[in-house]
Amino acid sequence: MEVDQLQRNFLEYTNLLFREGFLDGQFSQLQLLQDESNPDFVFEVVSLFFEDSERLLNDLTIALDQQNVDFKKIDAHVHQLKGSSSSIGAQRVKNTCIAFRDVCLEQNAEGCLRCLQQVKQEYLLVKTKLEALLRVRVPHLFSLEQQIVAAGGAIPMLNDFC
Amino acid sequence: MAATEAQFHVLAVDDSLIDRKLIERLLKTSSYQVTTVDSGSKALEFLGWNEDERANSNEAFISSKNEQESSILKNIPVVIMSSENVPSRINRCLEEGAEEFFLKPVRLSDVNKLKPHMMKAKSKDIQKPEKQEKQENNESTEEASSEIQLQTQQSHQTAQSNNKRKSMDDGPTPDRTRPRYSGFTVMSN
Repeated sequence: MEVDQLQRNFLEYTNLLFREGFLDGQFSQLQLLQDESNPDFVFEVVSLFFEDSERLLNDLTIALDQQNVDFKKIDAHVHQLKGSSSSIGAQRVKNTCIAFRDVCLEQNAEGCLRCLQQVKQEYLLVKTKLEALLRVRVPHLFSLEQQIVAAGGAIPMLNDFC
Repeated sequence: MAATEAQFHVLAVDDSLIDRKLIERLLKTSSYQVTTVDSGSKALEFLGWNEDERANSNEAFISSKNEQESSILKNIPVVIMSSENVPSRINRCLEEGAEEFFLKPVRLSDVNKLKPHMMKAKSKDIQKPEKQEKQENNESTEEASSEIQLQTQQSHQTAQSNNKRKSMDDGPTPDRTRPRYSGFTVMSN
């Protein structure tokens, strides 16, 4: 009974994320690739995305903090982030990256700083939502307590995915 | 008598770990054997090319008219992938011999398009006696292992990507014997 409710929550929550534009069709593609032989596929890919993004956002912060900003390097990082967010269906992060690249082309450092802030915000938003989603979808990787909390709505930050 | 099925092998090259994981899953779901590497030079290594000093210079990667080299390259069909839709770049690759272009993120429907290219490569194999021998020696199945390479094009030059970019844009030097593979190379950007 509890599992059914959690699964319904999962579907509703996923639909909400699609409606609000946080996720796009590519996320559905990921779900299609998940099956009995690869039951944690979405979780694994999303985890990789989190690691990758945090590294890139950190690199971007450092790059924009330099005296002489290397716009080519920044563009390269943003391109990577755009690619990975696109690959998992994190639509809003992807779109923010697209805008970021345009600003980067203008070699506008202040504009880039604003874009970085925006990307960080969008990333944190989608991260929170995906973590909540995955707690429900992959119960065997999370404690029952966490599942209940997730179903109840309060969403603590997940520090490790092991 | 047991029916033998062709084992199609795809070599996927992409510098993004996420994309490698994705493409691997896509291909395995479609029953391909998959190897993933993160650079063009590693792809060449896998195919039997060994890097030497000259490999780091431009000359080593200039396409040669060498018969052996071009026949080897022709044996492995190449499909390119990119997250960017740049017609001039895409056309250049297609002119250089790539079979097809996929826009990333790649989907199952794209992977389904690989089959006809594989079959075409395989049938080319059967026509040529040298390759048939190789097929007979193949230990995995009675039929030849067709191989596909999926390779990533870098749109941005970094120290690491230089080799890969060169190896993708130009042909490798032919002057060493190495196992010949029939199959595909899929390049991704």
